[in-house]
Amino acid sequence: MPRPHLALLIALLTAFAISQFSDHFNPYYLDVLAGIGINVILAVSLNLVNGYTGQFSLGHAGFMSVGAYLSAAVTLFFAPRLFGSDGGTAVQQGVLFLAALLVGGLCAAVAGLVVGVPSLRLKGDYLALVTLGFGEIIRVTFQNVEKLGGALGLNAIPPYTTLFWVLAFAAVTIFIITCLVNSTYGRGFIATHDDEIAAEAVGLNTTRYKIVAFVVGAFFAGIAGGLYAHFKTTITPGGFDFTKSIEIVVMVILGGMGNTLGVILAAVLLTLLPEVLRPVAEYRMILYSFLLIVLMIARPQGLFAFKLPKARST
Amino acid sequence: MLSVSDLHVSYGAISALAGISFEIAQGAIVTLIGGNGAGKTTALRTISGLLRARRGRIAFLGEDITALPAHKIVARGLCHVPEGRMIFSNLTVDENLAMGAYLLHDRALIAQNRDYVFGVFPRLKERLKQMAGTLSGGEQQMLAIGRALMGNPRFLMLDEPSLGIAPRLIGTIFEKIVEINRDRGITILLVEQNANLALEISRYAYVLETGRVALQGESAQLRTEPLLKATYLGG
Repeated sequence: MPRPHLALLIALLTAFAISQFSDHFNPYYLDVLAGIGINVILAVSLNLVNGYTGQFSLGHAGFMSVGAYLSAAVTLFFAPRLFGSDGGTAVQQGVLFLAALLVGGLCAAVAGLVVGVPSLRLKGDYLALVTLGFGEIIRVTFQNVEKLGGALGLNAIPPYTTLFWVLAFAAVTIFIITCLVNSTYGRGFIATHDDEIAAEAVGLNTTRYKIVAFVVGAFFAGIAGGLYAHFKTTITPGGFDFTKSIEIVVMVILGGMGNTLGVILAAVLLTLLPEVLRPVAEYRMILYSFLLIVLMIARPQGLFAFKLPKARST
Repeated sequence: MLSVSDLHVSYGAISALAGISFEIAQGAIVTLIGGNGAGKTTALRTISGLLRARRGRIAFLGEDITALPAHKIVARGLCHVPEGRMIFSNLTVDENLAMGAYLLHDRALIAQNRDYVFGVFPRLKERLKQMAGTLSGGEQQMLAIGRALMGNPRFLMLDEPSLGIAPRLIGTIFEKIVEINRDRGITILLVEQNANLALEISRYAYVLETGRVALQGESAQLRTEPLLKATYLGG
């Protein structure tokens, strides 16, 4: 078995083993751990767009909300009809949940395609602004669709997200993005980033690469949104505003653009940091922002951009 | 092999090419010379599909390629080595070469092309696992040309291969250009500011001035042209 596949298998087994003990965990730690997993999925998928392909997107929370809302809509609609009042067996729930997540991910991917095709003609700051705008449009749309709860959001979403699902999907996301970027096809993402003209000159269709990166990134953001919705059991449009997008972008930048391992570590760190800072209460966000500034000055190339043996550092 | 007729290109309201025409015969080395802003790079970028012509026609092997996107033009065997050594700095030398063969699927042919590139530029073989961004200027230019050769081109356009390279290496690079043309029969369009060198290795030359062809002729003759000598060849 090739090494990455073996790593994925071990990760899935570990996720399963850990989740067996999740009943004994302090619910607070469980909450933090699930938050880490969801942020890892978001950051690693955004890294494909912002890091490897070099297209600065500020709309990741928008795609996350598409996944959250549509997967929640699927389970809210089907769970009572299929399972009645007893809520169904664990296997039934698992199948429905998986289907709902895929629906959420695919709808987010479609949203990524719709947003990506017109906006990826733009570069740099302009692209960032347009994706920011689209992210907000998606959020405001949900806010005004009464069927999806409007500004109050959706409530009483079945709590299907277990630690296993979060950790398993984080592992799958890391696996797929890593394999994609290290494949012959995937070098095109890095080539597009490094030099678009040279990439065109060797025959790459750079527009297609950018759109593929965008769509794949949006798909995983949608999955993360679905996991989030079924973990929190309640979602509101306000939870997916541009500060959430920026939070994910910060993880990517801090981890080192296009460095998957660094981005994973940054996602873990930036999820833990606000929790660790809880004792300082009202000064928490000030200290958090201050630490971000210090980190950016001290490690502009990314917090974890050290050379690993045999690993790509950029 | 390549025929450009009445090509007009502009950046917004500013006209960069005001109707240039030229012909390139199969197997030749032809050069475009001229000062800054004469439109040399614009001409190459328009031919390779990176820029769009406002008017005019570009025909490659008898077929109109004026409106084709860049990746489809490359697929026909017309390869552009852009100015300023545009290599993929976050990929290794090996991966850069692999990207050059992006459109090829025949593994035997790719391996054969690699061997040929290593024959021409042995230095690249020594640097195979190195990140391309860490190569010297001359090595990056070798890599850019090598990467283009990986795609089995029939026609190669080189934009300022001598730009920013150690003088000692410029001679080597130009020798290699002649070698590639001779051994593989690849037609070459060379854009250069170093007019002396360009005229030395080319058969035919076009002199561009503010978007027009100001002068053309056999390179050997142009070298003795008084006007050209005064403007580009330093007396």
